[in-house]
Amino acid sequence: MSMCAPMNSAGTDVSDRQLANSQLGSLEYDPAPESAAIAKLKPSYGLFIDGGFSDGEAHQQFATVNPANEETLSMVAQASSVDVDRAVSSARHAYDKVWSKTTGAQRSKYLFRIARLIQERSRELAVVETLDNGKPIRESRDVDIPLAAAHFFYYAGWADKLEHAGFGVNPKPLGVAGQIIPWNFPLLMAAWKLAPALAAGNTCVLKPAETTPLSALVLAEILEQAELPPGVVNIITGDGVTGAALVDHPDVDKIAFTGSTEVGRMIQQRTAASHKHLTLELGGKGANIVFDDAPIDEMIEGIIDGIFFNQGHVCCAGSRLLVQESVADEVLRRLVRRVEQLRVGDPLDKNTDVGAINSAAQLLRIRELTDFGESEGATRYTSSCALPQKGYWFAPTVFADVAQSHRIAREEIFGPVLSVLTFRTPEEAVAKANNTNYGLACGVWSEKGSRTLWVAERLRAGVIWTNTYNRFDPTSPFGGMRESGFGREGGRHGLEAYLNV
Amino acid sequence: MGLAARRVASVDHVSTTPLRLVTAEDRHVQIASTIAVPTIENEAQLKALIASLSGVDAVGAEARAAKLSTRSIKKSTKLAAIEMAISMIDLTTLEGADTPGRVASLCTKAMRPDPRDLTVPSVAAVCVYPDLVAHARSVLGSSPVAVASVATAFPSGRASLQVKLMDVRDAVVGGADEIDMVIDRGAFLSGRLGQVFDEVVAVKEACGDAHLKVILETGELVTYDNVRRASWVAMLGGADFIKTSTGKVTVNATLPNALVMLEAVRDFAETAGRTVGVKVAGGIRTSKDAIRYLVLVNETVGSTWLTPHLFRLGASSLLNDLLMQRLKQQRGVYVRADEFSGD
Repeated sequence: MSMCAPMNSAGTDVSDRQLANSQLGSLEYDPAPESAAIAKLKPSYGLFIDGGFSDGEAHQQFATVNPANEETLSMVAQASSVDVDRAVSSARHAYDKVWSKTTGAQRSKYLFRIARLIQERSRELAVVETLDNGKPIRESRDVDIPLAAAHFFYYAGWADKLEHAGFGVNPKPLGVAGQIIPWNFPLLMAAWKLAPALAAGNTCVLKPAETTPLSALVLAEILEQAELPPGVVNIITGDGVTGAALVDHPDVDKIAFTGSTEVGRMIQQRTAASHKHLTLELGGKGANIVFDDAPIDEMIEGIIDGIFFNQGHVCCAGSRLLVQESVADEVLRRLVRRVEQLRVGDPLDKNTDVGAINSAAQLLRIRELTDFGESEGATRYTSSCALPQKGYWFAPTVFADVAQSHRIAREEIFGPVLSVLTFRTPEEAVAKANNTNYGLACGVWSEKGSRTLWVAERLRAGVIWTNTYNRFDPTSPFGGMRESGFGREGGRHGLEAYLNV
Repeated sequence: MGLAARRVASVDHVSTTPLRLVTAEDRHVQIASTIAVPTIENEAQLKALIASLSGVDAVGAEARAAKLSTRSIKKSTKLAAIEMAISMIDLTTLEGADTPGRVASLCTKAMRPDPRDLTVPSVAAVCVYPDLVAHARSVLGSSPVAVASVATAFPSGRASLQVKLMDVRDAVVGGADEIDMVIDRGAFLSGRLGQVFDEVVAVKEACGDAHLKVILETGELVTYDNVRRASWVAMLGGADFIKTSTGKVTVNATLPNALVMLEAVRDFAETAGRTVGVKVAGGIRTSKDAIRYLVLVNETVGSTWLTPHLFRLGASSLLNDLLMQRLKQQRGVYVRADEFSGD
């Protein structure tokens, strides 16, 4: 919108300066925190093996901390290779004796129970997730937990209809699935892994991430409550050593991993030339492509959701903004104004938009890459928001004038950092979007449907959103191409990863 | 085209009479503006300008409005928001059965919403039909509560321009401080934007010193694109406020419509250098609803607009709910509905 012929105007006149002084979000909201006590955390947790909690063989424990204040939340067990073996044996036993003999309808009954129990305990789970992960309670309450329940509900529906899923007349499960999940959506990723595996008739050994084990342990309590037969799901906590032991275990039929491309590559090497099935959901450097006719206000919100949702700890985050050069200045101006408005702080406060960075290690990596961005010559805009003294925090940041060759345009930062690049034509937009080793997700913003489809057809990414970003639904398959991994989770396609097809 | 080949509003119209409100801090200073909007010379130019506006994605706009409505407003913020909302009310009666007696009791309530507690601010205005303006004016006397009058063949707007202008002059002569006009939705929907614009210009002129609120009737415009376009036509025509609804159709004020209008006034202020107010009306009954609108204002256009000069809530039963929630905040318990007068 450009209007510039001079004239006086009626009503109240206002200068540019006054407008600049109009503080967005200046009505100070009193804190509205959710109580941490709702989490009902125990001082320590064992390993959930064979239907009950037990200590690890070596009695080793490590602390899981609240990244928002660095306080220890609880102690969890470090599973050794002996514990991994115990968990896999239990899963194998449960598979042979119980789970492979249940009917689809029986399995669906358990999955429905789990889904309902997640709903019943959703407030507790949301607080646990926010305490352990650092994400805003608004997101754990409105996204993580409801979606986790939705995944169990969705796959409960599939359990007795597998012969209609398009994988043959009588598709068989794989057996014992070893599942290793990341710290960015702890409970949701557990649901993504467990629900289709159980629906298809597999038994599972799940290893949550080292920094975020607690919601999976509450889920273990829920599995007990649901009277899931012992051994059908085992949940073991630990670091990369535990994960490696699970990957290497000879009696595991399937490995499903979500996490970094680096670790994914290692897992693929270790499972090569074995009987093990593998699906990997790895990193990404999603491009959000903005054309000049995009609905501007919703597009700005979409860019914000794309990169600042969950502090940017999202594998499919729209971390590269490709904006048509003719509207780049206007988009950047509005974007920076909006970033300034994000409420960063106590994750338990219902009014917080951006929470804490999950770990000191991740914070270090974000700082390293953003320092690099500055030294490479990109223009940095960082929100002037106040950050808490304790805990791991990083202010929302936008880099403009980013070149394709900058590290911040190529490497996954996995934090609240957006790199803005420009393009001139649809061809150039596609070329730039595809110029990455990853291929997980992209966004296309335009009011012109034909152009959106033209672009979408040419993008090499597993997920493409149009005029929105970071929307998830259990009915929709999710997964990547190239270094973003292979295999699909969600939807009918998600069953394939757990069936012998 | 019958479009007025003249400035949208001339210097003569710069009103130096602020709305007669003292309840909130007035954050603007009147300054000579050198920032500008184009002079609308003809309908083609107006249409080109309106066509250049960005579209609105319905899903995204609704999602944004829904997200903002999950803001949790507690404690002292809630109390402040409730009092702010009271000061922004256009206390309204627009019934065929309105009588001088009914209007008088509404005016009394407007001046002192809670007679036991004089710290409760008075509302911004009372809103009545033109024939009751003079009566309302006499009851309100020298109080800071303004008299707003609907005009221009409210609510349908189906009358000739002469009749509409007579309606406006009638209300102004009766002592109206503010005129709530309706746009011609038929003209807008059939693409006669010039006619809509001309009517706003003409009514603005007929208003004299009275402030002009332009009712878009979003429930009849239906799409968010239309709401944004109508907002701009009204603002270019000289509206001091743009207002969602008459309250007389099925769909009245909604959060996404208000969001789109707030974005329009924000963009208009940035490009044209003039702040236009927003009034939401129809169906706002609870404090929770009202606070959601305040949050929307706060996070879309910011603090400049958090004053009765630039944001209004057209309502009637809302006031009692705000009074009740205010007491709840102060005492910690609810009181009976009958504690408050039923006007």
